[in-house]
Amino acid sequence: MDDVQAMHIANGIINGPVSAIFMVIAVAGLAVCVWRAKIDLDDRLAPMAGLVAAFIFAVQMLNFGVLPGVSGHLLGGTLAVILVGPWVGALCVATVLIVQCLIFSDGGLTALGLNITNMALIGAAAAYVLVALLLRVLPRTTAGLGATALIASVIGVVLASMGFVAEYALGGTTELSLGGIAATLAGVHTLIGIGEGLIAATTVVTVAKVRPDLVYALRAFRKPTYAKAGSAA
Amino acid sequence: MKKFLIGGLLVALLLAGVVSSFASGSPDGLDHAAREGCTFNADDEITGGTCMAQQEQDHQLAGSPLADYALRGIDNEYLATGLSGVIGVLVTFAIGGGLFWVLRRRPRADG
Repeated sequence: MDDVQAMHIANGIINGPVSAIFMVIAVAGLAVCVWRAKIDLDDRLAPMAGLVAAFIFAVQMLNFGVLPGVSGHLLGGTLAVILVGPWVGALCVATVLIVQCLIFSDGGLTALGLNITNMALIGAAAAYVLVALLLRVLPRTTAGLGATALIASVIGVVLASMGFVAEYALGGTTELSLGGIAATLAGVHTLIGIGEGLIAATTVVTVAKVRPDLVYALRAFRKPTYAKAGSAA
Repeated sequence: MKKFLIGGLLVALLLAGVVSSFASGSPDGLDHAAREGCTFNADDEITGGTCMAQQEQDHQLAGSPLADYALRGIDNEYLATGLSGVIGVLVTFAIGGGLFWVLRRRPRADG
């Protein structure tokens, strides 16, 4: 309770050159997102995206226990992709990471590119593919939407943690077994992903019931039929 | 839309301002993995072993008045965490919302 923790890479864990390379990757990735987001953003999506970023900031403060002495919090990639789409969604998560780094000294400044690559870019990319696929194969119901959020969250969070493993393989500052690190992270992040998935599912199902028209994924990946199920609720 | 936005922001403010004080203070997944292999004393300083956290350095902006989700000058933990959460939600909404508003498609002013 005394210390709000966050799951971001601190300075010094990954060496300078590799951190710099990932800063370049992050900036390039975000530039592509800005370019594509401009097509999606309109008078309705823009304020919604601001709200999604603020909501992710809030929920990232809520660490939940996953094992004795270990916690985790939502990263937000899947939630953002479902509500505002992949390009705007990645920008929402990046906005949160930049605010956290610059104002709350959470996540190293040198490590900002690494954190953006893992949580905003990998997180949103994984969620995009999974959400687009799952919404097409799962039942066109609120339960189907919830299940999509849950499954995409678990896989997205584990993949984001594997982004760290790749960065550590390239520029880790201590000699440790990569297999051991990967196994520990994958295990813990599966549990964190389940927690994230429950929060994301609750959130998107709630929005889908109140304002189905504000859920990007339902507009983009699941054309007409859903609207009826949503507005009836 | 306005009602939805205000409702959503209120939920976010409640989560960051109140619920945040009851969040788990244990090391998170990445931190846990970073500490694995090292031993720590009561002050959380590394006393031995090999782990990723060994080379960890302080944040360049650790002196920020809001560093670590607290508020300089406020000793009450609940109040400090809650206020920093409220500030964070509002700042994120302002920056994110402002950025997205600027980037949005606009109907051409003169067709």
